[in-house]
Amino acid sequence: MDKDTVIKIADLAKIEINDKKIEEISSSLQKILNLVNEMNTINTDDVEPMSHPLNLKQELRKDEVLEKNERDLFQRNNKYIEDGYYKVPKIID
Amino acid sequence: MWESVIGLEIHVQLKTQSKIFSSASTNFGAEQNTQACAIDLGLPGVLPVLNEEAVKMAIKFGIAVGANIENNSVFARKNYFYPDLPKGYQISQYEIPIVSNGSVNIDIDKKVKKIRITRAHLEEDAGKSIHDLYENESAIDLNRAGTPLIEIVSEPDLSNAEEAVKYLKYIHSLVRYLDISDGNMQEGSFRCDANISLKKSNSSELGIRAEIKNINSFKFVEQAINYEIQRQGEILDSGKSVIQETRLFDPIRNETRSMRSKEEANDYRYFPDPDLLPVSISNSLIENIKLNMPELPNEKKERFIKQYKLTDYDTSILVLDKDLSAYYEKVLEKTSLNPKTTANWIITELLSYANKSNTGVKNYPVNFEDLASLLTYIHDGLISNKQAKIIFEKMWNNGEKPQDIIEKEGIKQISDTMEINKLVDNVIKNHYKSVEEYLAGKDKLFGFFVGEVMKESKGKANPKIVNQLLKEKLRNDK
Repeated sequence: MDKDTVIKIADLAKIEINDKKIEEISSSLQKILNLVNEMNTINTDDVEPMSHPLNLKQELRKDEVLEKNERDLFQRNNKYIEDGYYKVPKIID
Repeated sequence: MWESVIGLEIHVQLKTQSKIFSSASTNFGAEQNTQACAIDLGLPGVLPVLNEEAVKMAIKFGIAVGANIENNSVFARKNYFYPDLPKGYQISQYEIPIVSNGSVNIDIDKKVKKIRITRAHLEEDAGKSIHDLYENESAIDLNRAGTPLIEIVSEPDLSNAEEAVKYLKYIHSLVRYLDISDGNMQEGSFRCDANISLKKSNSSELGIRAEIKNINSFKFVEQAINYEIQRQGEILDSGKSVIQETRLFDPIRNETRSMRSKEEANDYRYFPDPDLLPVSISNSLIENIKLNMPELPNEKKERFIKQYKLTDYDTSILVLDKDLSAYYEKVLEKTSLNPKTTANWIITELLSYANKSNTGVKNYPVNFEDLASLLTYIHDGLISNKQAKIIFEKMWNNGEKPQDIIEKEGIKQISDTMEINKLVDNVIKNHYKSVEEYLAGKDKLFGFFVGEVMKESKGKANPKIVNQLLKEKLRNDK
């Protein structure tokens, strides 16, 4: 895995990594990729893809409103609040 | 030289009471962040639980477009970073959407065109960012986060803005008929993204496309597509190539422009959501929903043409809006006027008032019973069509009942033969010279006599009876 790919992945994940660590991260990611590539050598043509490790089906919920307004509770620990809005740095120019 | 190729992605908010993965309310217009619970906020330790009704609504849509309904559907995480998406990913569907391979038929220039629907999947809506509230910050309201959506993706089967709008209107009409969405475009319940590219005529190779995001009116869809076709045409004509990108339509400037901010985030890294088990949909559930399907717009159209002998054009207008077609049928039930004339009245008179004031059927100031009585008065010859129009204007503007207006203003049509006889006699007496000329062969004067009688009656005489009596009298004199 090359340096640019590591930087791109870090960027997508919003993780800051310093230049010194890139090589180390690159090699450990490469190990994981090697493992995946090894698995890819197995023929799975007749195997149904698994989308969840448990062989269970989802229970559905009735369409009912059960939640109350708990805005004050959720916003108690947040400094960036005004008039009940969450505030973030301006995201449009 | 260039041919445009268009595909639409339509986002439809489902009208469930609660959200797709939480039990918070989906009501529109609540105070900011009062309907965003721990699940909607993506707080640590919460687990999404799927809303049964949202699944049923998606199945209903799938059946209506003749699509395949997947027995084992899977939810996936679509990863992107934006402040109105608290989890950092949107729960959507990727590999196995609940609905796939459907189609709808739309009328283009009196021909039927089939528009294929690639897929329709369930997903959650994001919150809302408000950028103009504070000077240095954006404000986030997460009430909308977690509202259930179906995203309906068409094949690039649409050739121009007109077709795209027709298709969009049909899907809008369909979700209202199915009662799975309120379709309110102002409130964002129904919005679309348009993928547009140009290819050389007669070439099967598609060009590079641009995607225009979040268009929320039929008019804007038309404008945005036409602008984009022209923009791309100019680029290609000058020998350059179109960039694949996401663009935003600006209705004030009537142009699309590049959305630089989101470009780099277009790597969604989908994977199956480990918090959600696959959804199992039994054939018996699908069959059960099939048995309870309402009449669909195209079915209603066929029935109207057959049952009421309406034209294709009239029917299309009445049927597109579920509430309007119901209104029409209720008026028909109560009035003695025939279906064709009743339809004309609704389309030319009522709709012109409704469109001018942008009033939906639910808010018509004239209820179906009052319109039915007014039309029955026309049928019975009590009032003329012209008088009815004047009365209708008052009904629409002041909410008055037709019988009250007729009584108050004395605008009943005179259909009493004896009374009209007197008027006719008077006119003949007062215009003896003209009568002589008429009898001598100046046939054109007949209209003059009719006009005089109408004048005498202050416009209230039934013109049919006036005509008839005048003809009889003038013949007698011959």
